[in-house]
Amino acid sequence: MVKVAYHPAQQNPIARTRSAFTIRLWSVRHSRFLEKIYKGLASLFLKLHPVWTALGYSRVEKPVVAVEKRVKAFLFDCRMCGQCVLSDTGMSCPMNCPKSLRNGPCGGVRSNGNCEVEPDMPCVWGEAWKGSQQMQGGDQILKVQKPIDHSLRGSSAWLRATSEAALQEEDK
Amino acid sequence: MVQFEGMSDAELPLPLLEGHSSRGRLEQVLRAGEFAVTAELNPPDSADPNDVFERGAVFDGWVDGINATDGSGANCHMSSVGICALLTRVGYSPIMQISCRDHNRIAIQGNVLGAAAMGVNNILCLTGDGVQAGDQPEAKPVFDLDCMSLLRTIRQMRDDGMLLSGRKLTTPPRVFLGAAINPFAPPYDFRPMRLAKKIEAGAQFVQSQYCFDLPMLETYMTRVRDMGLHEKCFILIGVGPMASARAARWIRTNVPGIHIPDAIIDRLEGAENQKEEGKKICIEMLQQIREMDGVSGAHVMAYRQEELVAEIVHESGVLKGRSPWRRSPNPDFAAVAEAVEHGIEHMGEPVKPSDAVAAASE
Repeated sequence: MVKVAYHPAQQNPIARTRSAFTIRLWSVRHSRFLEKIYKGLASLFLKLHPVWTALGYSRVEKPVVAVEKRVKAFLFDCRMCGQCVLSDTGMSCPMNCPKSLRNGPCGGVRSNGNCEVEPDMPCVWGEAWKGSQQMQGGDQILKVQKPIDHSLRGSSAWLRATSEAALQEEDK
Repeated sequence: MVQFEGMSDAELPLPLLEGHSSRGRLEQVLRAGEFAVTAELNPPDSADPNDVFERGAVFDGWVDGINATDGSGANCHMSSVGICALLTRVGYSPIMQISCRDHNRIAIQGNVLGAAAMGVNNILCLTGDGVQAGDQPEAKPVFDLDCMSLLRTIRQMRDDGMLLSGRKLTTPPRVFLGAAINPFAPPYDFRPMRLAKKIEAGAQFVQSQYCFDLPMLETYMTRVRDMGLHEKCFILIGVGPMASARAARWIRTNVPGIHIPDAIIDRLEGAENQKEEGKKICIEMLQQIREMDGVSGAHVMAYRQEELVAEIVHESGVLKGRSPWRRSPNPDFAAVAEAVEHGIEHMGEPVKPSDAVAAASE
């Protein structure tokens, strides 16, 4: 066995088998449905903006993170980067890319569409491209994403998106 | 034959032309509509500057830019900053590769400023191969930025004169920005759009992975032309000779992102002299790429066969009589050699300070 710091599938101490991708791949196949759910959830969160401000965004952060982490980890293998771009990337989480690419597939994608680093994992961006084509806002995949802000790791992307949307509405 | 102003001056920076973003020769050649040729320098595993000079000299007079790789294939070699520092000293025009695998954004921006100060005019932004591909798989992969955000960061440094943090630069780096493309890896229909994203992020030229499949390249280029991308960005297609069928097979399975069709391997296998056949295939590729619409140049990667680059470029005739910059033979070279001999003859005789002054003023 090759000794590596980054543990690809089947070399991880917590053995991850092919089936571990099943739910992630299901999410991509149902990206259009999940997009609708996401939009509904986003508008619900925005409606609750007065509640969040009354309670204090910092105080609700912890319980929201606990829920968000479990839901997104189950559906997308979320890594809690704190700046979710799932709706722009066809419901395939780019943080699962071993190179943390947030803007598209690298040149190393294998001819069978699998990852260069993890030979048995379908390329996260290949999946993202498939998922985005079923979505209404599928063109968002063409947007150049900003460099990731590592200081936001572990915080709630839902609450951040809500407070930003609320700010934008106030500006209008 | 096209001559570019100031091309024979190794030490003096070229004038910054209108509409150009760098003082580099590569940008001048491409913007003049010439077919540009670049090559890749095999970085030494040593601390001897002569290794770099010798490896650079084989391209003399045949290429418009020399790529200084940054740990290609995740293998450790002399740093690209170091290679560029040496090459710019003797007047070569390097293309500094920056890979996101090994540095975070702080180190990268510092390197960009340092490189620009040394006279580096071209920077190629890469994500880099995963550490698993190289000689030290136990290393910590960084990947703080990706190639796209790296392009944006350097463009912001150049055009807005500020670091990613917003802090002002007193002198911005004047660089021509490049990126990589791989039309030969899936998802194929997303590849042209990824090029569009790279152009939006700041790419002014792109170099591609090895091309061994012309129909596949043609499909990609058709889409690129439909989207008008070849007008916004100079596209250089990668070519290279394969030393043997065995080497080609090894590269296909072990180097990420390289697509070699079976037909090429069969052709190598059937040849009497496989090395010669590899060179022939490369020359044919180069000639056909030269005629393709929307292609601005070629990037010749002759790994461990660098001495073949000059022959390949010459025999293919892609330069059509144009001669890229050549290092002028140092006129003082003979005098230096004589002085050394003279010094040896008179060893032991101390030179009087007044004589030294007189000699210097002669």
